[in-house]
Amino acid sequence: MKLSRWTGWAGGKAVPWALPIGLLAAWQAAAAAGWLSSRVLPAPTDVIVAAWNLASNGELWKHLSVSFWRALTGFAIGGSIGFLLGLLNGVFRPAERLLDTSIQMIRNIPHLALIPLVILWFGIGEEAKVFLVALGVLFPMYVNTLHGIRNVDAGLLEMGRVYGLGPWQLFWRIWLPGALPSILVGLRYALGIMWLTLIVAETIAADRGIGYLAMNAREFMQTDVVVFSILLYALFGKLADSIARFLERRWLRWNVNYQHI
Amino acid sequence: MGPGRGAELVLEQVGKQFGDKHALRRVNLAVKRGEFVAIIGRSGCGKSTLLRLAAGLEEPTSGRILVDGEELRGLNEKARVMFQDARLLPWRRVMDNVGLGLKGEWEPKALEALEQVGLADRADDWPAVLSGGQRQRVALARALISRPQLLLLDEPLGALDALTRIDMQRLIEQLWLEQKFTALLVTHDVDEAVMLADRIVLIEDGACALDVPVRLPRPRQRGDAAFADLVDAILRRILGGETDENAAVSLSVGEKRRAL
Repeated sequence: MKLSRWTGWAGGKAVPWALPIGLLAAWQAAAAAGWLSSRVLPAPTDVIVAAWNLASNGELWKHLSVSFWRALTGFAIGGSIGFLLGLLNGVFRPAERLLDTSIQMIRNIPHLALIPLVILWFGIGEEAKVFLVALGVLFPMYVNTLHGIRNVDAGLLEMGRVYGLGPWQLFWRIWLPGALPSILVGLRYALGIMWLTLIVAETIAADRGIGYLAMNAREFMQTDVVVFSILLYALFGKLADSIARFLERRWLRWNVNYQHI
Repeated sequence: MGPGRGAELVLEQVGKQFGDKHALRRVNLAVKRGEFVAIIGRSGCGKSTLLRLAAGLEEPTSGRILVDGEELRGLNEKARVMFQDARLLPWRRVMDNVGLGLKGEWEPKALEALEQVGLADRADDWPAVLSGGQRQRVALARALISRPQLLLLDEPLGALDALTRIDMQRLIEQLWLEQKFTALLVTHDVDEAVMLADRIVLIEDGACALDVPVRLPRPRQRGDAAFADLVDAILRRILGGETDENAAVSLSVGEKRRAL
C-alpha cells in the first residue's frame, strides 16, 4: 500500500522534476569540489546569494520593472496591430489583396537585423526597445489571426446568416470564437518572441533592464549575476507560457482538445 | 397557432445555373400552407439546390420563388433550415445554441424548446459531448424556437444510425403536427419520405419528374403493405427501367392497397 502510493506519487508529480533537481545537485557538488571554476559557472548557492543581494538593495526591482514595462508596452502595441490586421485581412478579401504581400515582405526581414537602424532612429532610449518588441510580436499575431479567421467553418457562417445574425453578431459569435484557437497559438509565439527581442535589444543597447544587468555583470566577471539574469528570463518565459495556457483553458473549454491541459 | 400558420411556397419555372452547369432547369412546385413535402432524387440531382433557393441562400437564375405570394429576395426570413450536419456552435453551450440570435427573454423559451426535443437536461453541456442524434435534436430545437412558418430540412437525418433516425422522424412528425408549419424535406431515403410527407416530389435532370400524394393515415407503419408498395413503386421509378406510365400504374396500385 505504502509502496504503491509512493510509486504513484513518483509517477505523477516527481518524474518531470527528477532530472533538473539531479543536475542541480551535480552542479553544486562539482562547484563545491572545485572541478568547476566560478568563472565558468558559479555554484547554485552563489547564484542565490547574488539574487538575494540584488533584491535587497533594490537594483533588481528597478531592472525588472523597466524590462516588464518595455515587454508589455511593445507587446500591447505590436500584438494589437497584428491582431487587427489579421482580422481585417481575414474578413475582407480586398484588404488582404492590398496589404498581405507588403506585410509578408516586411515579415521576412529578421526584425533584429534592424537594430542598427533602430538605434540610429531612436538612440538607445525606450522607444527603440518598444519598437523592436512591437515589430517582433506583430507578425506571429497577424499570421495566426489571419489563419484562424480563414479556417472558420463556412457552414457555421451560413447557418448564422440563416438564423438571422447581423454582421456584428456574426463576428462576435462565429468569426472570433472560431478563430480563437489559432489566435491563442499566435499569442503564445508572440510572447516567446517578446522576451527574445527584449533580451537582445537590452544586451546591445540599454542602460537599464535585465539584459543590461547581465551585460554589465559580464564586464565585471560576475558570472553569478549573469546566470541569475538568464534564470530570470527562463522564469518569465515560463510565466508568459502559463498565462497563454490559462487563457486557452479558459476560452477554449468547449474544445475537447484543450480540456486536459 | 391553429391551421394556416405555415407559409405557402411557390416555385415558378425556377432554374439555377452554376457556370454553365444546370443544377435545376424548370421547376414548378407549389407547397400549400402546413403541407409536408418531401423532395427525393439521386445525389447530384439538384434537390439540395432547390432547398437552398427556398431558403434564399442562392438566387435562381431564372423563374421566381414566391413566399406567401411575395417574391423572395435575399434570405427567406420565414424559413429556418436544418442542415445535414447539425452546425451547432461548438463554443456555445447547448442552451445558447438553441437561443442563437434571439433577443429579450429567450432563456425560458430555449428550455421549453429543449424540453420538446427531450434534451432539457443537457442545456449546460457543450455540443462536443453530445451524440450525432442529440446534436440534430438541438438543431431541431434551434430551428423551431423562433416558430418558423417554413421548415427546410436538408437531409438532416442522413448521417444518423437507423434507430436514431426513426426516433427523429417521429419527433419531427409530432412537432409538425403540433406547430403546423410548412415543411420541405430533402432526402435520398424513400422510406423516410413516405413516412413523413403528404406529397413526394421526385427531381430528375433538374426538373420535377414525379409528384405523388401519400394518403396513408398517420402515424404510419413501416410494416404496412400499402407503405411498402408505395416505397417500392417510387424506388423502381427512381432506379429507372420504367416509363412514367408504368410507374403511375404501380403507384396507383399502392394507393388501392391502402384503400382496402
